[in-house]
Amino acid sequence: MDREKVLNLAKLARIEMGNEEAEKLSHEFDAILDYVGEVKKIGKFNKSDKLNKEFAVRNVMREDTEGHEPGIYTEKILNKAPSREGNYIKVKKIL
Amino acid sequence: MTPEEIRSKDKDIHAFLEVFDDAKSYGEGPLSGKRIAIKDNILFEGHKASAGSKILENFTAPYDATVIKKLKDAGAIIVGRTNCDEFAMGSSTENSAYGVTKNPYDAERVAGGSSGGSAAAVGAGLVRGALGSDTGGSIRQPAALCGVVGLKPTYGKVSRFGLIAMSSSLDQIGPITKTVSDAEAIYNVIKGEDPMDSTTQEFPISNFKFSKKIGIPKDFVESEGISDEVRNNFSQAIEKFRSLGYEIKEIKLEHLKYSLPVYYIIMPAEASSNLARFDGVRYGFHKDGKDSIDDYFKTRGAGFGAEVRRRIILGTYVLSSGYYDEYYGKAVEARGLITKELRNLFQDVDLMLTPTTPSPAWKIGEKSKSPLEMYLEDIFTVHANISGCPAISLPSGFAGKLPLGIELTADLGREDNLFAAGKEFLNES
Repeated sequence: MDREKVLNLAKLARIEMGNEEAEKLSHEFDAILDYVGEVKKIGKFNKSDKLNKEFAVRNVMREDTEGHEPGIYTEKILNKAPSREGNYIKVKKIL
Repeated sequence: MTPEEIRSKDKDIHAFLEVFDDAKSYGEGPLSGKRIAIKDNILFEGHKASAGSKILENFTAPYDATVIKKLKDAGAIIVGRTNCDEFAMGSSTENSAYGVTKNPYDAERVAGGSSGGSAAAVGAGLVRGALGSDTGGSIRQPAALCGVVGLKPTYGKVSRFGLIAMSSSLDQIGPITKTVSDAEAIYNVIKGEDPMDSTTQEFPISNFKFSKKIGIPKDFVESEGISDEVRNNFSQAIEKFRSLGYEIKEIKLEHLKYSLPVYYIIMPAEASSNLARFDGVRYGFHKDGKDSIDDYFKTRGAGFGAEVRRRIILGTYVLSSGYYDEYYGKAVEARGLITKELRNLFQDVDLMLTPTTPSPAWKIGEKSKSPLEMYLEDIFTVHANISGCPAISLPSGFAGKLPLGIELTADLGREDNLFAAGKEFLNES
């Protein structure tokens, strides 16, 4: 890992970052990745070797109906926005 | 205690970020009149919830978390919000944007984390109980360092609706209290299926009777660089269980040692994705940039602290094309192996016993220079989050004046076994 790589990752993650921090992180990541890289040593998990059935992560379905009256949460949610115009969240021009 | 009294007693500890002046009872129930604090990452309508972060400094919760609704209905009085590491990322509350919480037993030392404020508030006797959240040990580790009880329930037992998410396949809310009976009482109130969190479910209780059989992964415990005080205290705890009529069995778990590496891949991966929502557009802190995309860079660059940035970038790396299979893919496989191994173990024994932490509370600042050293603090706790199993930390004595804890882990849905053994261990009738 080097500074340039960290800066590129920060760009992907939309975080402004200076050279100094990126340099420091690159060294820390070497140590961390070396440690977590231990997982590469494990054998393969056989998918047919199923977990006990009660571990099941399952889908939760519900009727596709209106959950609540429209608009009852609009004001509550919109007034959290840093910038708004009427019932819209305001952002800078994109195009 | 009045809000003023709590504030004054908390002055040297800094367990609370805010003590509410409007604390009151909302109903009558099993927790009537009990004073409870909540971690700063749980939403309580009309009150601030900042997750210890600058990016949510002025955020007020627009709704109640399910656990808050349940506490209100049960008659609890929610007295304030407690300090924590930013977005629950840390083991010492040193990563909070609002200052460090001090250990109630020694103000020069950490209270643990990330639910350090909750544990310190209970340890200092400021509240009857507190809610924390536990992604890799964040309830149990501070509970151990502050000499109190901390429970991480089974994944899916307690709704996370209204919890500010860190790592959604690992996060769980649970109680921190002085006694196991209090932890059980709060747990019984907050647990249950919730349509707002589809991971919640009822667990069919297996037919196995509680046979007072405890497994000890001796190799694992001994190989992980634990301090002498912890080793001695752990041996004494084993003897105590023996004297209470428990059968102690040495066990070998081949994959347990991979829990921490697996954790530090899966957790940052999920955190990097969860924290993408903090964009300075919809809510929270906003810092202006030169255009729309620069707003994101500026907002997130200024709003997130060092550890949060570290984990987001690490998560971005392990999920990126070319490294995904090597890290994330492998970690998910290892997670399956660890889970299977633990679940098989609980066909044979009721509980697994380990220390909660490798050492007692350390001096503030002592471990903040090396992130990896801090991460190793979670060595005995992350297996429970990786597998979903419930685990409890119990106060087990002292190293000098610093508290120590032991940890019991049980099979999915078997909190009852943790409570039974925990009460016996702490001589609660």
